Amino acid sequence: MNGTPRDKTMTIDDVVGQLESGMTIGVGGWGPRRKPMALIRAIANSELTDLTLVAWGGADVGLLARAGKIRKLVYAFVSLDSVPLEPNFQKARQEGTISEIVEIDEGMFNAGLQAAAQRLPFLPIRAGLGSDVMVHNPQIKTVTSPYADADGVHEDLVAAPALNLDVALVHMNRADKHGNATYLGPDPYFDDLFCMAADKAFASCEQIVDTAGLTVDTPVQRVLLNRMMVDGVVETPNGAHFTTCTPDYERDERFQRAYAEAARGSDEDWAAFHERFLSGDEASYQAAVRAFAEEAAK
Amino acid sequence: MTSSASTTDITRADVCAAAVADAFSEDGEIFGSPMGLMPMLGVRLAKLTSNPDLVLSDGESLFLGGVPPVGAKADVVEGWIPFRRVFDVVAYGKRHVMMGATQVDKDGNQNISAIGPFDRPKRQLLGSRGAPGNTVSNRTSYWVPKHSTRVFVDAVDVVSGVGPKRAKEAGVGASKYNDIHRIVTNLAVFDVKGPGDTVRLLSVHPGVTVAEVQEATGFDLGVSDPAAVPETRTPTMEELVLIREVLDPKGLRFKEVPAA
Repeated sequence: MNGTPRDKTMTIDDVVGQLESGMTIGVGGWGPRRKPMALIRAIANSELTDLTLVAWGGADVGLLARAGKIRKLVYAFVSLDSVPLEPNFQKARQEGTISEIVEIDEGMFNAGLQAAAQRLPFLPIRAGLGSDVMVHNPQIKTVTSPYADADGVHEDLVAAPALNLDVALVHMNRADKHGNATYLGPDPYFDDLFCMAADKAFASCEQIVDTAGLTVDTPVQRVLLNRMMVDGVVETPNGAHFTTCTPDYERDERFQRAYAEAARGSDEDWAAFHERFLSGDEASYQAAVRAFAEEAAK
Repeated sequence: MTSSASTTDITRADVCAAAVADAFSEDGEIFGSPMGLMPMLGVRLAKLTSNPDLVLSDGESLFLGGVPPVGAKADVVEGWIPFRRVFDVVAYGKRHVMMGATQVDKDGNQNISAIGPFDRPKRQLLGSRGAPGNTVSNRTSYWVPKHSTRVFVDAVDVVSGVGPKRAKEAGVGASKYNDIHRIVTNLAVFDVKGPGDTVRLLSVHPGVTVAEVQEATGFDLGVSDPAAVPETRTPTMEELVLIREVLDPKGLRFKEVPAA
């Protein structure tokens, strides 16, 4: 016994091995920013089915929808930003291939994560009142305030239901082997909330460093994840590609355009893109991405 | 004064920028939160003219200390506003967001979710994003670069942003802070203070007739006396210099509203 917390380093396959069909999986990041894409690619290639996905959606939603992995989707938006509409998500919606759609307001989504992280069944919020979010999601109820407002009125508010997750998947810039982790970009997004809303959380990262290395060149306020929240750590360099992982790298716009064109194109177009980039493991994906970049640079 | 600023060649895009700026002129010290290029240009114009107290962000995670041109990086930073904190400000209420709208109906409801039936959309859009929460929590305006009967419809397919009528029907929790302030388009300016909380024409841009606006709108605007509808004001010389030489020297605004 040396008082050292346990080593939680894992491989991508170890993480996928911890998942089961039918699970509810929350994915960190935001739209096309700092998504755990290496883990998403591995899930797309796995035998897993009937997943419930909870995400501020980007290509994570698109890829898993196209791979037929999503039974239920909980989202407020799905976008690639510079490509505003995610073509694989659009296709899935327009062809009706996702059986259960839960489109909610962003504030409700945040409140739902907060509620789950605080082990509350719901949190009150105005967002959703009067909108079709309440019409299309009849499971979402309102709650009457027990306290009167200044006019003596007891307001009815939305009871944003907790977004309880079986598993959270996030991608960070740096982590230690115990599960402490930092973001070095401008925005933490909601990754700590996803981890706290989940029974199990796995963090991929650009680089695993010593614990002391986490704060050697960055303020302690950037240590977003504490090891209490994290069950496994995977080193996956360039693992957020083609989303941002500022400051390690920005979004690969050229690759994203190629992705969107293939997704928008014929089944053959997608099959060719899939064959070239997505049919193998993470190492072969990264090799194909390097070849794509070299080709474009010529 | 340089030759590029002249009141004789005011474009429709310049008029739109000033109309957007006017929507923010009386907001005081709040977070002016634009979605898209023309709203961003207009909000920055307001900060340099009518409302220097406005708080601006780079749309990503920083509060801006200065007023950089659209598309430029932040110079001075006065605060931190990551995505999560935006929700705090929405609930706090000191925010005026100007959003896009794929559809707007006669009651001022907005749709950015999907076209056609929600269960099986003809065209899936972004998703409702923050529109439901924005509209019941802080002042909200809309920007529509291509005013047409496809956008201005009798009833939106999905209510993302909540108009005043729906907010009142949903109760005090929804209506208390519901404040749909302006709808600015490439043709005209509206609010939602018509009879029974309906969309009301406030002004038509120079060179546009009331009949043209009605023609491009899929519901009756109820204008009994077209001659009484004022013309949207043209930008001042100071505003033209700011738009052309400071905020949008590359003319990005013409991608949204082409120069006629």
